[in-house]
Amino acid sequence: MKTTADKWGFRPEQSGTIDLENGNYELWWRLVGKVPGIQACMFCGSCASTCTAQAEGMNFRKVQLMLRRGMNQSLRQLTAHCMLCGKCTLVCPRDVDTRSAIYNLKLLLHESL
Amino acid sequence: MVKHGKKRFRGTVPLTVLTDGDRIKDVAVVGAGVTGMSAALTLAESGYSADVFEKEEDPGGHVGAWHSLFPGGESARDLMAGFRQELVSRGIRIRTGTEVTAVDRSNGYYTLQTTGGEPEKFRSVLVSTGYRLFDASRKEEYGFGVYPYVITSAELEKRLEQGDRALLVGGMEPGKVAFVHCVGSRDSKAGNLYCSRVCCITGVKQAIAVKELYPDCEVLNFYMDLRMYGVGYEELYQKAQEHHGIQFIRGRVSEAAPTRSGAIQVKAEDTLLGVPLKTEVDWLVLLVGMEPADGTARITGSLDIDRDSSGFLRGKQSMVKPWAAESRGIFIAGACCGPATVPESVTQGRAAAVSVVQYLSGKA
Repeated sequence: MKTTADKWGFRPEQSGTIDLENGNYELWWRLVGKVPGIQACMFCGSCASTCTAQAEGMNFRKVQLMLRRGMNQSLRQLTAHCMLCGKCTLVCPRDVDTRSAIYNLKLLLHESL
Repeated sequence: MVKHGKKRFRGTVPLTVLTDGDRIKDVAVVGAGVTGMSAALTLAESGYSADVFEKEEDPGGHVGAWHSLFPGGESARDLMAGFRQELVSRGIRIRTGTEVTAVDRSNGYYTLQTTGGEPEKFRSVLVSTGYRLFDASRKEEYGFGVYPYVITSAELEKRLEQGDRALLVGGMEPGKVAFVHCVGSRDSKAGNLYCSRVCCITGVKQAIAVKELYPDCEVLNFYMDLRMYGVGYEELYQKAQEHHGIQFIRGRVSEAAPTRSGAIQVKAEDTLLGVPLKTEVDWLVLLVGMEPADGTARITGSLDIDRDSSGFLRGKQSMVKPWAAESRGIFIAGACCGPATVPESVTQGRAAAVSVVQYLSGKA
């Protein structure tokens, strides 16, 4: 349906804003339960830059930020190409077991299917 | 032989009555925060008695009003008690409630005008006038002074003294508390381009304090950068994340507004996800930075003390003797020279005092 706003080249759309009150944090806390060290992440991006599946959209920094913000919708898709090679774990300066975190996240996502 | 010019004086010294105002004392310390107190102690330990002026009724400066100190969590009250005890045992009396209103140089000594009465003369002056906290109401977008649940980090320190009653909302424990970093710092519009240095770690310390009082409360920190430069700072930051589950969101809060339920809605961008973000909190704590104290410019106006573009004092040789000002006999230390932590202020106060001793004893 055309609206008046269309004339102006934009239209009211679903807000892309993160609303922390509407997040679903259960997955994050379940993952923290499995891999507590994940909380130490300081979002440096080392994992993302070394990632073998980078070209396929994998970015572990982003994945766990989305988990922290309760945005779980696209996680399955984002982690699909991870081959658990563990390079991210090698480079993490906060010694997060990122490989285990991704593995456990995949399991949790599988369980929730 | 002297052929011309002044005759060498050979007579007896004419007898005059020396009043207290004529007596030239050794050293005045202006400001009795941790810097001034540390300097006075070093001077006393070296055999010099300093006249310490403090405009407030109590010594201790800002630190005297803090609850606990980063990164180790020592009680500020204990620190102050320790200082007080040492000062008493050294016989140092702090002239509280006495403001130095002007310092003038003449004939190689300095005359201090104070609110305490007659002008007094000193051979040297140690300026340790400290800082003032940024007035958070200047950042209107945060609503400080408008919404009662928007408070500064300094107010939170006072509230923490009340234990688990510190942040009750209508008798209930708070559900969510957010901290805003860099309020009045790194901000051209506020006129403060510099980093206040202590707020990052203060935010971490206070976030943990809130979490310890209210384990079920969610605690968020909105930051631009986290500068954990000091010994033990990074460790405390990591502890906040791992042991307390405190969330750090990279993004500067752009506005705060009340909701119908009385909460505060804050907006920021989650810059690491590239997505705008909003949330509702019970308390919004503004981590206010440091600015040069009002008195600093007033009393140093007539002296040759270099100042940086922000108004903080700068030594003649800022690299190797940051505490020595351009004028001989004038020394500077502590947060009047730029944002400083407690141990940094103590170090600067004591270092400057050693230079004062060398100056007074003619060794420098």
